[in-house]
Amino acid sequence: MTVSTTNIVRVKRTARVNLRVLRSPAAVISIVWLVGLVIASVTGPLQQDLTAVLQGPSAAHLLGTDELGRDLLSRIVTAAAPTLLIALIAPIVAVLITTPLTLWAARRARTESVMSRISEIVLSLPGMVIILAAIAAVGTNMPAIMAIFGVLLFGALYRVFIGQAMSLHKQLYVEAAAVDGVKPMAASLRHVLPNMSTTVIVQFVLLFGAAIGVQAGLAFIGLGPQPPEPTWGGMIQAASRFIFQQPWMMIPTGGVLALTIIAANTLADVLSGGTAMPPPLISLRRRKRRAAADAATPESADATVAAAASTVEHEPSTGGLVVRDLVLGVDDGPDLVTGVSFTVEPGTVMGLVGESGCGKSVTSHAILGLLTPGLSVRSGAIEWDGVDLAAASESAMKRVRGHEIAFISQEPTRALDPMFTVGSQLTSAIRRLRGVSKREARDVAEQLLVDVGIIDPPRVMKSYPHQISGGMAQRVAIGLALAGTPRLLIADEPTTALDVTVQAEILGLLRNLVAERDMAIVLVTHDLGVVADICDQVSVMYAGQLVETGSVRDVLVAPEHPYTMALLAADPHAAVQLTGATHLASIPGQVPAPAEWPSGCRFAERCRFAQEECRSAVPLEPRADGVGQVRCIRRDEVRGRQEEWCQPVTSGGAS
Amino acid sequence: MSARDVGRSIVTDPIDTTAPLLEVRNLVVQYSKNAPPAVDDVSFTIARGETLGLVGESGSGKTTIGKAILGLQPVTSGQILFEGVDITRAKPAQRRRLHGDLRAVFQDPFSSLNPRRPIGDAIAEPLRVAGVPSPERRMRVADVLESVGLPRTAGERYPRQFSGGQRQRIAIARALVTDPRLVVCDEAVSALDLSTQAQVLNLLADLRAGADLGYLFIAHDMAVVEFLAQRVVVLYRGKVMEQGPADEVMRNPANPYTRVLMAASPVPDPDEQARRREEWRRMRTEWRQETGVIATPV
Repeated sequence: MTVSTTNIVRVKRTARVNLRVLRSPAAVISIVWLVGLVIASVTGPLQQDLTAVLQGPSAAHLLGTDELGRDLLSRIVTAAAPTLLIALIAPIVAVLITTPLTLWAARRARTESVMSRISEIVLSLPGMVIILAAIAAVGTNMPAIMAIFGVLLFGALYRVFIGQAMSLHKQLYVEAAAVDGVKPMAASLRHVLPNMSTTVIVQFVLLFGAAIGVQAGLAFIGLGPQPPEPTWGGMIQAASRFIFQQPWMMIPTGGVLALTIIAANTLADVLSGGTAMPPPLISLRRRKRRAAADAATPESADATVAAAASTVEHEPSTGGLVVRDLVLGVDDGPDLVTGVSFTVEPGTVMGLVGESGCGKSVTSHAILGLLTPGLSVRSGAIEWDGVDLAAASESAMKRVRGHEIAFISQEPTRALDPMFTVGSQLTSAIRRLRGVSKREARDVAEQLLVDVGIIDPPRVMKSYPHQISGGMAQRVAIGLALAGTPRLLIADEPTTALDVTVQAEILGLLRNLVAERDMAIVLVTHDLGVVADICDQVSVMYAGQLVETGSVRDVLVAPEHPYTMALLAADPHAAVQLTGATHLASIPGQVPAPAEWPSGCRFAERCRFAQEECRSAVPLEPRADGVGQVRCIRRDEVRGRQEEWCQPVTSGGAS
Repeated sequence: MSARDVGRSIVTDPIDTTAPLLEVRNLVVQYSKNAPPAVDDVSFTIARGETLGLVGESGSGKTTIGKAILGLQPVTSGQILFEGVDITRAKPAQRRRLHGDLRAVFQDPFSSLNPRRPIGDAIAEPLRVAGVPSPERRMRVADVLESVGLPRTAGERYPRQFSGGQRQRIAIARALVTDPRLVVCDEAVSALDLSTQAQVLNLLADLRAGADLGYLFIAHDMAVVEFLAQRVVVLYRGKVMEQGPADEVMRNPANPYTRVLMAASPVPDPDEQARRREEWRRMRTEWRQETGVIATPV
């Protein structure tokens, strides 16, 4: 399971929305505008000067005067408070009706379908006609009209709320509450409503803006409060009558209405916090900055020369991947990965192994230039075909990503867009990456699905991602990754979310791809069984650095680093003969957070073999047996003692 | 766990001590009228203090059975008896009368905790429902956090401040705070790293020792079940393939499907794994030919 280990900072959640609003200048201006209008409206005097009618702006009348010589500014301001306060009625009524009904309907399929029908009926009602009919019946009682408008908003609002409420209801913590014996409505109020509060608030503010517009519209056609009572709609109407004598009048009257509605929408925008667009998982902009920074620093030139020299010295590999001394870090924060180097030859599989929080996923993302915003490559090189991808421009990366290096993730469903069929996603990727016609792309797509072991490609092509099983989705995701005929596949925990049977099948598929296409794979995993099954080379990572590398046989059969030994002992599949054991071997404690790495051996804290000498920095040294490296100062003493990890650890408390 | 009788003191209904802790009789679950049953005539029992492993691949109906027992999934036919009481179609109010004897730990440690509430709230929720006064709730939350290896004060923190393994400990704490008789663990460790898996499995074993506590341990991986379970039920497409004592099933699986399933878990030794892989392929082909299962790649 990939855990975001970069999230070290403690944030108080409750304060977050408020802070976000106050940090945004747009939101602050919007609030000042809305509140200021109300305050000014209560305090502002009404002035009239019959000698100065239809005037433009002047020192005496800042926004000019209307046809009866009344000061426009004071009239606009006076009309503000009733308009804004009465406009609040509509969203209040709408939210008060819709929220409880939504929470109720989200729990029961039958209620939900009835509610949906009702909301469709409400949606199909001609709102304006009903409002006009109501005015005919009750007169121009604006609060009552706004309440009716609020009821009419139910249809649209229900649609917005129900989707989110239903998905929240599927969350395990709502089920857990049911197991706790919490009453259904109480569970909805405690667990569902708070999590949809942002949506409710945003909709409230948006509807508030809409209600202001409706009020103005009604006043414009003379159905609002009657003159001489100032209303925005009424003033706009007056302005339209005198548009040829004094066009200026339209500007302040129309402008204030527009600005108020914009203020409400801006506020809604900030409150939603950009949830309309999901936060980017990856940052593409970052790359440019680093390239620019490199060019700016003079010593980077030397570094490039040195890197180039070491390339020559390293025997330029035959089109493989060479990662050299890669350092990744949080901007203005600690390093996440320090000095990682490895080589992946064509047609081989390199396993990147370690617990969550060891930096293996980040390393794999860096190869593709797809780091989470806030992370960046600090130094080191990622060489692919003689090009340093760590310093490459975004356009150079585009030629590599998808075409030569592809990616498959732990969650196959995340690689697939739920809105499009499998077929359309595959063909569009193939057309983009191979530049072929639509027809040709379809044939290629079908062939790819056959290649990844799908028996009935035409049916799968027509399916949407949610209609296929997890294992099938991972096959499709692999097919998608193959769309550009890549020579290197980065697979981040590709089987972790699958059951053992499907895992065995997917591993078989990957093995065939390596054999048939001479493809290389960097496989990120925590499961040493998966490594044994498919990898040729292994790099074991702990707390952001390599601790042991070598061939799969050397590392798994004769591990030299205590961490590798501990991982092996903790693998439940390895402990076949341990029937009747009271305890499984486990590694006490947790991987330390990047900011808390000790200067010496980073594993010493949890290592049963650790001694005082382990507190000093440990270099990577060649393995005693085979090709590869080990980072342990006591490796000669601990070699062959992996059985000891199966005994309970006496020192260090399990946390 | 001193306060175990808080909810219990008001219980007057006699508990049949001779009845098994949980009995599932001929359980059938259909998601819709025309769909093939997700669970098809499944029967098993769990004795007091016993751990039963429920193993199968995805789509075998193992999670559905767990949900049916917890009342989260309507049952088509069959019976579920908990301590001799029929809870097959129990209403939430009737389930509350179980006083937290039947609890659950879910698979995903990330969505099983409400991100907007401190974890202490989540753990105390069943106590709040049972009307336990607030000071005692706090004490019991601190006690149970300590018993799962977290600091006593961790209750004030929010879910995102914990790692996956820690969250699963919190989920276990929430299950155990009512001092239950049976905990349904639905893939409780599958989302964790292997080393963290071992820690959590050890914790479950420790908590069970000396307590009157049984688990229904649902997993897709035989090796994970092996350590904890005394008995195992192997499921395939909603049907029971095999059930029996864990070590017997593991050592000498009677059903060919069990053998296929066992061979699917990879071992961390390249040569041994290559052998197992071949064996898995061969056995699966044979099993498919025997049973006439069409090779549908999943």
